[in-house]
Amino acid sequence: MVESLIAVAAALTGIAFLFALLRFIKGPSTFDRVIAFDVLTVISITFIVLSALIEERGIYLDVALVYALLSFLGVIAIARYLEGRF
Amino acid sequence: MESLLDITGGVLLVAGAVFLLLGGLGLWRMPDLFNRIQAGAKTTTLGTILILAGAAFLHPEWGFKLLLIGIFLLFTNPLSSQVLARAAHRRNIETSPQTSVDMLADAFSQKATSENDLSEKAGSDKDAEEKS
Repeated sequence: MVESLIAVAAALTGIAFLFALLRFIKGPSTFDRVIAFDVLTVISITFIVLSALIEERGIYLDVALVYALLSFLGVIAIARYLEGRF
Repeated sequence: MESLLDITGGVLLVAGAVFLLLGGLGLWRMPDLFNRIQAGAKTTTLGTILILAGAAFLHPEWGFKLLLIGIFLLFTNPLSSQVLARAAHRRNIETSPQTSVDMLADAFSQKATSENDLSEKAGSDKDAEEKS
């Protein structure tokens, strides 16, 4: 039962990833793409946590933490660059 | 027979995934950039934290790392969306036609007009000196 619930959660997260990817491809302005990138990284963190649950390996959570740190820095750097105040 | 802890964790996982799905749908459907920032930032924060809580229910020995990731996301996600919204506002991204109130633009325009008054005053003084 728990495995099927994890599978349902992964499927719903995959659909959310698809919507954010559509916005990333379409996005009229650069800011839309950066927002979509931000959402994609957060969804990827949940994917890493779900894969840690499926594989039952706690070491993947360290990967998720480092991924969260780097994606946050990337989004902040892009936003400051677009703002034009480096 | 599954334990109650496992069932609660699975239901929390599905609830978090539903919130993520709503966030992605809002990101795709919302009319302008600032609405997309709202839809993208808030729902993904709640959805990710629900999924982390569900994982903590399923594997209680991972609790500390999951708590660390959750606290980190709770701090950084609103911060990045706020920085992006401020950058977009400074770049004058057009809003949807339904937008009627923009208090930040009003504050900026008041500040700009007061600075213009000062510079005009200085300019008129200069003109007066040149005339004399």
